[in-house]
Amino acid sequence: MTDTSPTSTLSWLTPEQSASLQRRRKAKEYLARGTIMLGGVGVIGAIALIFFYLVWEVMPLFKPSAIEDRGSYSLPLAAGDDGRTLFLALEEQNEVGSRLNAAGELVFFDVAAGTVGSSTRIVHADVATPTAVASPDTGGEMLAVGFNDGRVTIVNQSFAVTWPDNVKTVTSEIDYPYGEAALAPFGESVTAPVTHLALRIDDDTYQLAARNGNGQVVVTTVESTENMMTEEVEITETARREFTLTGDVQAIHLDNDGWFLFVVHASGAVQVWDLREETPVQQQVQLPGDARATTSAMLLGHVSLLVGDDKGRIHQLFMVRDAQNHYALTHIRSIALENAPITRLVPEQRRKSFAALDAQGRVGFFSATAERRALDTKVSDAGDATIAVSPRGDRLLVIDGKQLDVHTVHNEHPDVSWKALWGKVWYEGYDEPKYIWQSSAANNDFEPKFSLTPLAFGTLKAAIFAMILAMPLAICGAIFTAYFMAPSLRKTVKPTIELMAALPTVILGFLAGLWLAPLFEQALPAVFTMLIVTPLFILVAAMLWNQAPERLRHRVPDGYEPILLMPVIALAVALPFLLSGWMETTFFGGDVRVWLTNTLEIPFDQRNALVVGFAMGFAVIPTIYSIAEDALFEVPKHLTQGSLALGATPWQTMMRVVLPTASPGIFSAVMIGFGRAVGETMIVLMATGNTPVMTMNIFEGFRTLSANIAVEMPESEVGSTHFRILFLAALVLFLFTFLVNTTAEIVRQRLRKKYGTL
Amino acid sequence: MSIKTVQNKGLGHWYRQGTPWIWLNAGALAISLMAVLGLLGYIFAKGIVHFWPHDVMQAEYVAEDGSRETVLGEIAADEVVATTRLREAGEWVPNDHIENERQLVKVGNRDVFGRDFRWVISARLENVQFPTDAWLVERREWGNFYGRVVNIKENGNVIAEGEAAWPEFVARVDRANALDAQIVDIQKGAIGRINYGIEQLRLEEKKLALEHAPAPVPADALADIETRRKALQADYEVLTAELGNLYDQMKRDAVTLRTTTGSEHEIPLAKIVFVERPNALSLPEKIGHFGHKLWEFVSADPRESNTEGGIFPAIFGTVMMVFLMTLIVTPFGVIAAIYLREYASQGWMTRTVRIAVNNLAGVPSIVYGVFGLGFFVYFLGGNLDALFYPEAAPAPVFGTPGLMWASLTLALLTVPVVIVATEEGLSRVPKSIREGSLALGATKAETLWRIILPIVSPAIMTGMILAIARAAGEVAPLMLVGVVKLAPTLPLDANAPFLHLDRKFMHLGFHIYDVGFQSPNVEAARPLVYATAFLLVAVVAALNIVAIVIRNRLREKNKQLEN
Repeated sequence: MTDTSPTSTLSWLTPEQSASLQRRRKAKEYLARGTIMLGGVGVIGAIALIFFYLVWEVMPLFKPSAIEDRGSYSLPLAAGDDGRTLFLALEEQNEVGSRLNAAGELVFFDVAAGTVGSSTRIVHADVATPTAVASPDTGGEMLAVGFNDGRVTIVNQSFAVTWPDNVKTVTSEIDYPYGEAALAPFGESVTAPVTHLALRIDDDTYQLAARNGNGQVVVTTVESTENMMTEEVEITETARREFTLTGDVQAIHLDNDGWFLFVVHASGAVQVWDLREETPVQQQVQLPGDARATTSAMLLGHVSLLVGDDKGRIHQLFMVRDAQNHYALTHIRSIALENAPITRLVPEQRRKSFAALDAQGRVGFFSATAERRALDTKVSDAGDATIAVSPRGDRLLVIDGKQLDVHTVHNEHPDVSWKALWGKVWYEGYDEPKYIWQSSAANNDFEPKFSLTPLAFGTLKAAIFAMILAMPLAICGAIFTAYFMAPSLRKTVKPTIELMAALPTVILGFLAGLWLAPLFEQALPAVFTMLIVTPLFILVAAMLWNQAPERLRHRVPDGYEPILLMPVIALAVALPFLLSGWMETTFFGGDVRVWLTNTLEIPFDQRNALVVGFAMGFAVIPTIYSIAEDALFEVPKHLTQGSLALGATPWQTMMRVVLPTASPGIFSAVMIGFGRAVGETMIVLMATGNTPVMTMNIFEGFRTLSANIAVEMPESEVGSTHFRILFLAALVLFLFTFLVNTTAEIVRQRLRKKYGTL
Repeated sequence: MSIKTVQNKGLGHWYRQGTPWIWLNAGALAISLMAVLGLLGYIFAKGIVHFWPHDVMQAEYVAEDGSRETVLGEIAADEVVATTRLREAGEWVPNDHIENERQLVKVGNRDVFGRDFRWVISARLENVQFPTDAWLVERREWGNFYGRVVNIKENGNVIAEGEAAWPEFVARVDRANALDAQIVDIQKGAIGRINYGIEQLRLEEKKLALEHAPAPVPADALADIETRRKALQADYEVLTAELGNLYDQMKRDAVTLRTTTGSEHEIPLAKIVFVERPNALSLPEKIGHFGHKLWEFVSADPRESNTEGGIFPAIFGTVMMVFLMTLIVTPFGVIAAIYLREYASQGWMTRTVRIAVNNLAGVPSIVYGVFGLGFFVYFLGGNLDALFYPEAAPAPVFGTPGLMWASLTLALLTVPVVIVATEEGLSRVPKSIREGSLALGATKAETLWRIILPIVSPAIMTGMILAIARAAGEVAPLMLVGVVKLAPTLPLDANAPFLHLDRKFMHLGFHIYDVGFQSPNVEAARPLVYATAFLLVAVVAALNIVAIVIRNRLREKNKQLEN
């Protein structure tokens, strides 16, 4: 090692060698410093990255929506077109738009260039003038057009994407799925103009509701079957309702089952006709605040009716079913745009959102579920513009006089608001506002229910039941270990319990789910008896030990009480389980589960909070125990010795001196244990049914934030609202545990300082 | 409190002394201790008993109308149930005891009976015996078969009948298993390699097309690929012929067995894994069986959707993942600790960072999983794919959960453990040693490398072991970043580049979750789950004990250094 000696007097190196050595050493020193600095900061940066990345993924949820102009050009007109637009839509690829003009021509135009691709006059438009238009799907691909001679045509527009020469091309065509002849819903002889239309399609069946100028309403259900041989479409009417509707009708709408016909009157009255009855009965609801209805539409899924009023508000109504299975039309919520009357309502095709236009040319994008206006902006100066939203909700077409404007809409997550995430929301199909988490379903007009409240509730429920078990056991155990236990025993006991902290939680969860849950279900009375009997047995054993002969007592050194108690506890646990069957037969009529559900009306799940409380309780005991024990053990000895010297008993010293001094440490132990219980995933995943219900019932399950992430994350679509909300759940967990742990850590450091000064 | 009462050693004094409270505290500790020990003991007992041969019980099961049915099988569990509950379930109970014992019997023969477990009420069992001629046949499909032998056939001709067939039978099953081993060897080895090679060629061709686009790929390059593909396909033909030959040989033998209901079933020996006459085993044979089953458990692949066979891929996957994680976490954790303790100025900033690092150990592991999935898999992986593997699109290479991302995620999860342990070691190095080294003219780097690191190496070791123990038992984040229930290939094999960081892998902890909770036949899988749990607990506990011992030694040594 002499060659590294830097002193020149003792060196065998030439001065040059020495200098080069010094240089190399210096270089190494810098290199080491650089590497360590870089590595250290890098690792810390990587850790910090977790937080920033989570925030970055969550951010788009709360980013305000935006709209930008993509271009504007004069309205694509067919020959002889007067520019009036009865209907406007945009296909999936945002390339082709279609409009129905006043002459009954469907004009397909290129959205990017504003040129007319093709225009076709629909059947019957050559002999009559269109007077009413309705579309069954919010996409507007199927259209029912009513004419001034009482006839109706149902036409289908279809768009196909092809790749000739590797260039995406969208082609459009129209066909008549129910035959090319115009329909006569009111009968061949009635020629009063069709004033209102509603159409519903359900596979091969369509339901058409029409009202004519005489106030006559016909709702007809028609089944179409294609003849295998001739490929001709045969049409049979399966149901027909007729009645008369007077008053200033604004619009009529059919719901998704075809059970109800909604009639919106300009006066602000909304009527429901129950079509399931032979003679349709009706009920009526008035819009709140003396409002007059100006426009209306059905939200995606055709459950909710949206009505725009003359005061700039949009009202959502749907049929609410009560316990007796009666339906009642109910006003659910109102959202405001501005003060001007709403002139157009355009529902989106993929989510429960819609766009609204008012008389001042202001357009707003809304989410019905979140009760939120995501975006509003002025797009037109005229009051009679027509708008359309693309199927993906990312384009807005505005026809403003003879002008067509195209806008790009950035509105990826309209369904998210503080209220939708944490508050009670009145979802479609429910009888009252509720906290519900249900992120996905098979059908695509499903209303996602993103309330984090039941999950947060489940998380806290799990943690609380775990803490109820863990806190007394861990803290009492720590008190005994730190202060009363024989030091030789302490050396083995503490690591043994700490070993449990390292036990994979998947094992605890698996035991809880497959062993504990059936065991508890089978011997439920035993579980509660055990909780009561065990402390009693311990006390009785202690009392008996006190009365035991001196000779026997002196055999066992002080501080070995836990070993003595082990058989007693084993007995206290085993006895109730042995007697469980007897208890059930004697007190609960043979089966506690049946007794619980029938007599007390408490629902019972096999994998419930009780099981989780036990399993997770044992998982957090070592954490709390270890930290609490450290805090108690480190209480300066001169304090306890002083107390004992003054004549206090060891227990008094414990209660009056040690415990108060160490209480911050115990507090921080409890906090850290709580943090662990909140974030635990595998135990709750395996030991509960994972149903997101909100009840404090100990015999029911729950779903925690962490288990929810584990269950749903792999199936979630990247970048979707659901995906980001799961990230939000992770961020909530992160922040919560980080906060709890930091508080605990600061308390602990203060305590250490205090011990130092004592 | 008068002096009199103090001298009185009665209950009052006992109470005032606070003794009952002390005893209650002792009780709490005793409960915690018993829970730990009981848990370990329970898993040990349940896990190990799986490998010991169980006797096969035969009994007559009496029904209410006096009819009898013969039951043959292993007793899997028993429990005591209130008689009323049994009656409510529609069971006939012959006595009026408050409780009755019932047993879960594994009767096997799932293809015959529909399910392989049934509950029987002990009081209705008569003529219980353990016949030595009851055969247990473990099959590759449909679980165990319990019954008696009728005959053994070779190419359809009976060559042995009755119990005398046993030695012949064992020999022929061994032959069939040897053939099966050869088949698996060819399928997994040679054919696996060819499939891999063909897939690589497909990617190579696509890559060439992408590189040359829009021009066509030069013909000579295509021809080269085509020749190589032809060569592989030729190899493949040879191997399939060989396989066909082996399959034919496998088909030679069959055994006919009779169930307790009298129906006879012919089982080809190709479908048999293991045979035994459990009741006829002597103690050494039982020990031999135990060893055989234990070996099968750790070395074989799983069968029957993970409910039978071994867990070798799960062990291998866990070890592989933990090994990679250790390679990443140790240097970075140590460097970060050294930076925090030796290089960073010890101001509030460093204190804050230290608290933050400490607290990260308490952040739920699922949060790391979410981060790993979002950042590593979708962000980094997605970009890596776009940059380096355009030919694989739309199939992701690194843009999907896999071994590398799992290791990285767990490295991030365990880095606080290594940092904290190393920092603790560094803080215990006496100042005198450090100052002594510097005073002799060593640079900081030299002091660190030659003096400090050797002293703290046990602390680093402790941190590493604790990190390994934590990673080995962690499941929640892995569910998001790379674990699967059944991986067709191991992440390490003979196909270049040998280590496939993009592959998904199996993991012991996830195996427990999956088999115990997602399996279609939980009852049959239960013993295997317990055995897997035992293995995992044993590994994690052993690692922790080693870490604790090392840490204690280190503390002793540092104390000596200080003196």
